[in-house]
Amino acid sequence: MLEIRDLHATVEGKEILRGINLTINKGEIHAIMGPNGSGKSTLAKILAGHPAYEVTKGEVLFEGRNLLELAPDERAREGVFLAFQYPVEVPGVSNAQFLRLAYNEKRKHHGEEELDPLEFKDLLAERAKIVEMDAGLMSRSVNEGFSGGEKKRNEILQMAVLEPKLAVLDETDSGLDIDALRVVADGVNKLRTPENAVVLVTHYQRLLNYIVPDYVHVLYRGRIVRSGGKELAYELEEKGYDWIKEAVSGQQSAISA
Amino acid sequence: MSQAIKEKSVYADAFREFSTSAPEGEPSWLARVREGAFERFEELGFPTTDEEDWKYTNVSALARGTFRPAIEEANVSLEAGAVEPFVYEEARRSCLVFVNGAFRADLSSLEAIPRGVVSDLASALAGEHGDIVRDNLGRLFSKGDDAFAALNTAFLRGGAFIHLPAGVSVDAPVQLLFLSASPEAESASFPRVLVVAGRDSRLDIIESHAATGESVYFTNTVVEIFVGEGARVTHCKVQDESERAFHVAATRAEVGRSGAYEATSVTLGAQLSRHGIEVLLASEGAECRVDGLYIVGTGQHADTHSLIDHRKPHGTSRQNYKGILDGKSRAVFNGRVFVHDGAFQTDAVQSNKNLLLSTDARIDTKPQLEIYNDDVKCAHGATVGQLEEEELFYLRSRGLHTDLARNLLTYGFAEEIVAKIKYDSIRAQLDRAILNRLHARLEV
Repeated sequence: MLEIRDLHATVEGKEILRGINLTINKGEIHAIMGPNGSGKSTLAKILAGHPAYEVTKGEVLFEGRNLLELAPDERAREGVFLAFQYPVEVPGVSNAQFLRLAYNEKRKHHGEEELDPLEFKDLLAERAKIVEMDAGLMSRSVNEGFSGGEKKRNEILQMAVLEPKLAVLDETDSGLDIDALRVVADGVNKLRTPENAVVLVTHYQRLLNYIVPDYVHVLYRGRIVRSGGKELAYELEEKGYDWIKEAVSGQQSAISA
Repeated sequence: MSQAIKEKSVYADAFREFSTSAPEGEPSWLARVREGAFERFEELGFPTTDEEDWKYTNVSALARGTFRPAIEEANVSLEAGAVEPFVYEEARRSCLVFVNGAFRADLSSLEAIPRGVVSDLASALAGEHGDIVRDNLGRLFSKGDDAFAALNTAFLRGGAFIHLPAGVSVDAPVQLLFLSASPEAESASFPRVLVVAGRDSRLDIIESHAATGESVYFTNTVVEIFVGEGARVTHCKVQDESERAFHVAATRAEVGRSGAYEATSVTLGAQLSRHGIEVLLASEGAECRVDGLYIVGTGQHADTHSLIDHRKPHGTSRQNYKGILDGKSRAVFNGRVFVHDGAFQTDAVQSNKNLLLSTDARIDTKPQLEIYNDDVKCAHGATVGQLEEEELFYLRSRGLHTDLARNLLTYGFAEEIVAKIKYDSIRAQLDRAILNRLHARLEV
C-alpha cells in the first residue's frame, strides 16, 4: 500500500529525514518509535503533505501512485489520514458541519451521492459511538475549548467518518489519561480491517499495549535504525533509547573505522 | 460667507423643484425644516478627505452632483412578486416597502403589526402623532455637523415612522425594505426612519437595502431611534445595495434609563458605503450592543464610523465589528467610545477584527477610547490578519479543497457576529454571501 524509498526531507533548510525506507502492506499496523527530535512527526506530516516540509530526495508511492505529487486534500480524498499531534481549533465551524463537508468531499471524489444533513446525522451518531464521543461536542466549534483528550478523540472520530486506507496517528497517545487512551485505542482497533493500514507514531510503548503492532521501527537522526516485531517495543521500554543511540554510534564508528 | 455657498450647489435646482412639489396636507413646519437643512448642507458642503472623519473615504463622485433626486419615480410599476425575494420570512406580515425612496402601500404587509404603530412618514406628519414627529425628527442631529444628514432632511419625504406607546411590544420584526428597482441612472433617494419607542416597549427592526439590478444610484439614509426608559429595541441592518451603488447612512439612537439598543449592521453591497452609527447612552443604566460585519470584494469600499457616547453612570456598551476583505477592496473602521466625567461605572468593550483574504485588500482601523473619569471598565482592540496556514492545512488534510477550506475558515471568522442574528433568513443570506463558492450547504 505504501512504499517509502530513500526519503530525505528538510524543514526551514534543516535536514530532518535522511533516507527513510519503509514498506507498509494493507492489514498491517506499524509503530514508528524514537527519541524526541528523531524525525517521527516530520515523517507523519510529509505523508499528509504539510507545506512547511520539503522533500529533497526519494519517493513515496501510495497504491502505486506518486503520493508526493498530490495536494494534501487529494491525498485525504484518496484515503490518507493524519491524526494530528496538536489538533487545530477552527472557531465558528461546528464539528458536525466540518465532518459532513469532509465526508461529502470524499464521496464526491469517488462518484458517490452526498449525504444530506439528516442522513449524515445518523452516520455520525453511529461513528461517534466508536470513540464514545459526547453528542454535545458535535455542535461545538471544531476542537475549540476541547480538552486534550477530547481533541484526540475527535481526531479518531474523523478517522471513523472518513475511513481512510492509511491512517497515520501522530503521538495520539500524548496527553491522554489511561481511560482516554483506552477509548482511543479501542476506537482504532474497531476501525481496523484487512484492507486498511495504520502507522502509529509514538514516543512511548504504552499505546502499543492497546494497539498491538505487527512491526516496530526505531527512527533516529532521520533514519530507521532498527526494525522488528512488537518485542522491539518492550526492549525499548526496558532499556530506553540510549541503548539504540549507543548501538547506532557504535555502528557508525565501526563504519568510519 | 463660506466657500461652499458661493459655489452654486449642484443640488440647488433639484431642491427648488422638490420644494414646489410638496404634497397637499404637508405641515408648513416641515418646509421650514427642509429649507434650514438645505442651507446647512450648502454651508457644510460635501466632506473632503482633508477632514479627519473622511480621510480614507472619498465622496467626490457624489459631490460632482450628477445624482438627481428620484422624485418622479415613485410609481415605478412593480409586481408584488418582484419584491418578495427581498422580504425576510420572519417579516412576511410586517414589512414596509419603499421603492426608490417612496412608500408603497400596495407592496407592504402590515397585518402582524398592531394598528397605529407604524406608518409612512408622509402620513404620520399629517396624522394624530404629527406633534411627536415634529418634536423628535432631527433631534439627534441638532448639532448640524453632518452634511449628508442635512441633505437627507432637505429632501425628506418618504420614510417610516414607528411609534410604540408605553408598554407595547411588537412580536413580529418590522422590516423596512428600501428597494432600488431599476432606478434611472444616477438617481438619489433619501430614506428616513424615525422610531420612538415608549417606556418599557419592545421592538425589533430589520432595515434592509436591496436592489433589483446593477445600476448606479445613491442612497442617503437617516435613521433616528429613541429608546425610552426600560425599553428594548433591536435593529438589524442589511445593506445589500447594487455593487455599483453609493450608500451613505447615519444611524443615531438615544437610549433612556435602563433601556437597551442592540444593533447589528451588515454591509455586503455598494461600491462605496459609509455607515455612521452613534449611540447616546443618555440616562443611567442604559446599554447597547453594536455589532457589525462588512464583507467586501474588488471595487468595494466600506467605511464604518461609530460613536458610543456614555453620558451617565452605569452604562454598558459592547461593540464588535468584523471585516472580511477580498480582492482589491478597502474598508475603514473608526470606532470611538466616549465616557463623560459623570459616567461612573461605565463598562465598555470595543473590538474590531479584520480578515484580509488578498494582498490587494486594505483596512484602516482606528479604535478610540476617550475617558474622562477613573471609575470605568473599558477595553478595546483591533486586529488585522490572514487565514492561518495551519488551520488551512488541517482542513485540507481532511479532504477539503483549498477554496472550500478558505471559505469555511472565513465563515468561521464571521460566525461570531452571524450567530447573534436572531433571524434564520438573514443568517442564511449571510452564509450564502460568505460561502458563495461553496456548493455544499452547511446546516446540520
